[in-house]
Amino acid sequence: MRKILILIVSLLVISLVAVACASQAPSPEKVVETVVVTVEVPAEQAPVQPQGYGTIANRVRERGKVVCGVHTELLGFGYLDENGRNIGFDVDLCRAVAAAMFGDPEAVELVPITAADRGPVLQTGEVDMVSRNMTWTSKRDAEWGNFTWITFYDGQGFLVHSDSGIKTLQDMDGASICVTTGTTTEKNLATTFADAGLSYEAVTFEETSAVYGAYEEGRCDVATSDKSQLAAVSAGFANPKDHVILDITISKEPLTPAVPSGDDQWFDIVKSVMWGLINAEEYGVTSSNIEEMKSSDNANIRTMLGEEGDWGYSVLGLEPDSLAKAVAAVGNYGELYNHYFGPNGIAFTLPRGLNSLWSEGGMIYAPPIK
Amino acid sequence: MTILSNTQASEKIPLWRDERILRIVAQIVSAVVVLAFLFWGVTNFLRITQQRGMPLTYNFLREPAGFPISEGFLTYDPTMSFGRAFLVGLINTLVVSGSGIVLASILGLIIGLARLSSNWLLSRIALAYIEFHRNIPLLVLMFLWYFGVFAKLPSVKESIAMPGPSYLSQRGLYITFPRLTETGSIFLIFSGIGVILAFAAFYILRHIRENTGRETHFGLTSLGLFLLLTIAGWFLSGGEPFWMDKPSMQGFNFQGGFRLSPEFTALLVSLTMYTAAFIAEVVRSGIQAVHRGQVEAARALGLRSPQVMSLIVLPQALRVIIPPLISQYLNLTKNSSLALTIGFQELFAISKITINQAGRAVPVFLMVMLTYLAISLLTSLVLNVYNRKVQFVER
Repeated sequence: MRKILILIVSLLVISLVAVACASQAPSPEKVVETVVVTVEVPAEQAPVQPQGYGTIANRVRERGKVVCGVHTELLGFGYLDENGRNIGFDVDLCRAVAAAMFGDPEAVELVPITAADRGPVLQTGEVDMVSRNMTWTSKRDAEWGNFTWITFYDGQGFLVHSDSGIKTLQDMDGASICVTTGTTTEKNLATTFADAGLSYEAVTFEETSAVYGAYEEGRCDVATSDKSQLAAVSAGFANPKDHVILDITISKEPLTPAVPSGDDQWFDIVKSVMWGLINAEEYGVTSSNIEEMKSSDNANIRTMLGEEGDWGYSVLGLEPDSLAKAVAAVGNYGELYNHYFGPNGIAFTLPRGLNSLWSEGGMIYAPPIK
Repeated sequence: MTILSNTQASEKIPLWRDERILRIVAQIVSAVVVLAFLFWGVTNFLRITQQRGMPLTYNFLREPAGFPISEGFLTYDPTMSFGRAFLVGLINTLVVSGSGIVLASILGLIIGLARLSSNWLLSRIALAYIEFHRNIPLLVLMFLWYFGVFAKLPSVKESIAMPGPSYLSQRGLYITFPRLTETGSIFLIFSGIGVILAFAAFYILRHIRENTGRETHFGLTSLGLFLLLTIAGWFLSGGEPFWMDKPSMQGFNFQGGFRLSPEFTALLVSLTMYTAAFIAEVVRSGIQAVHRGQVEAARALGLRSPQVMSLIVLPQALRVIIPPLISQYLNLTKNSSLALTIGFQELFAISKITINQAGRAVPVFLMVMLTYLAISLLTSLVLNVYNRKVQFVER
């Protein structure tokens, strides 16, 4: 904006000088006049905001849909139900964002991506959000985009055939191990085995389904991935009881949704929604009691549900009840977890462990909404 | 008179209606448009890569790769660099497409000839083969071979033992393989020299006989030379140039021996069988392009059927066959990039991992494209030179 103004002004100056030269009559007063215009420019400047602020958020608002990179083949996290609907823990996080933005959890466009696609789609901004079983690492954070908030604490484990007799890491010396390419899993495996001085044959595939297909057929003795994924996949095997997840964890895998870098507003919106789900569980706000909770005695709850005060929604361009809509749409964090992984979870059962609330001995913690 | 009127006419035509000038102008304009578009594309690309903090540098190639590669013909471990990993992938691609080209050519020639056979059953079988492979996608064929055939082989503990000893299981085929002992290289060098000397003697002595008519026993002499040097090498290396590397079950897998992995084999088999169907059609069209009179004339001269084929028909058919054959070879090479779906790590598969681990999509993709381009151009260059040699020399 400023550049254009300066350009216009300087063009004006040049034309005035040219006119002055042509008429052979010096008219310095006019030149002085134009200088006054340049002084006015700073006065017209908009309030200072970082470059790119709101670009993705505005794009999402115009489109009326949140475009999410998701999984379609991972039971529990991102998969297709019997009606072909893409559901799952990660997918619902995306729907929560859509509910907060538009009040409609269906205002999403779900793009199936492979593990190896996650970086490129973030770097190119092809999607607004990647919510696909993705480990947050410093390098990915530096190179790919902005990681929002850890929604699932996972760790890499090993799935073996029960009759193989494998109990420890040392037992796996010389084994064939199925692994997905382009993942941290692959690197963890390499370093762990190198450190322990063990050898192995890596059998790598790009598609998760191919990895476990080959493992189940017996092409590999071991399959390795995040424990949640191993639990998810082995639940879908023909004979789930013939497979065991070993009690070995070789890595930290904080699974985190991420957004492309460059727009702090969008980054903050997605983070706030994650925090909203976690805080809702802390305060006991569920999708079923949310209307009653709006008149709760607790001021923090009333603020979070948009009844009073500003928890930051005005700057983020959201509605006061955006977080309430997100919770109403997918439930609070605990509801979401139990829906898929709880004792009666529709995908499989996985004890909450580290994924319990901080107040209950777990690691799930979020800044207060106020 | 006509010349005069023509020159007069061209003088009269104004510039904007002169076809020759219009043509030149049109060419210049389109060239400028294309170049401008290219320039805009490249600058735009460079600007955006700078903006997104993904500059077009290749320093990352020296960083340790960190990911394992299941099989390769170069030594590699995860502590080596991304550049090394890329090289392993390149060699894997070259090996699989090189062997695929050789096998597909042989199989394609056989099926193409079978297709033209006067034996009804043989030609129908060839037709069925061709139609089956030409009409299903290669990716489906790969899955069929990998998950449908190789993965269904007996588990490694129930391997099929075969003479050798060699073992077949879903982990691949392990065969006993001779490997050089410490002194084995002496033997290898001696027999190598023997081969070279034998060939040299063969050609020189045959040349002498052809020119002078004197019997030189070129066949026996060269064979003798080769055997002499080989036997000398055998004794110099202490009588044991090789040891047999036998596969044996250790822990979960066989160790030792020469191994054909199911991933490599499935890829090679599907590429070979798929491309052979196309090559068979190319061969058939080439043979049918040779005039029938040629065959009849050859028969009339008393040549037998195989002689007609190898001396008369195939040399002429080659002229028609080679150009479309080149594109089949290029297709095979490029199709090998589908290997990443069945777990064989060639150039493209390793590049995709590199993109993910190093976070450098654009530079790696450029590298991949340029590498495939170089391989393809080199292949077609070699074959084009050969093609020029087999064409008719027109006088």
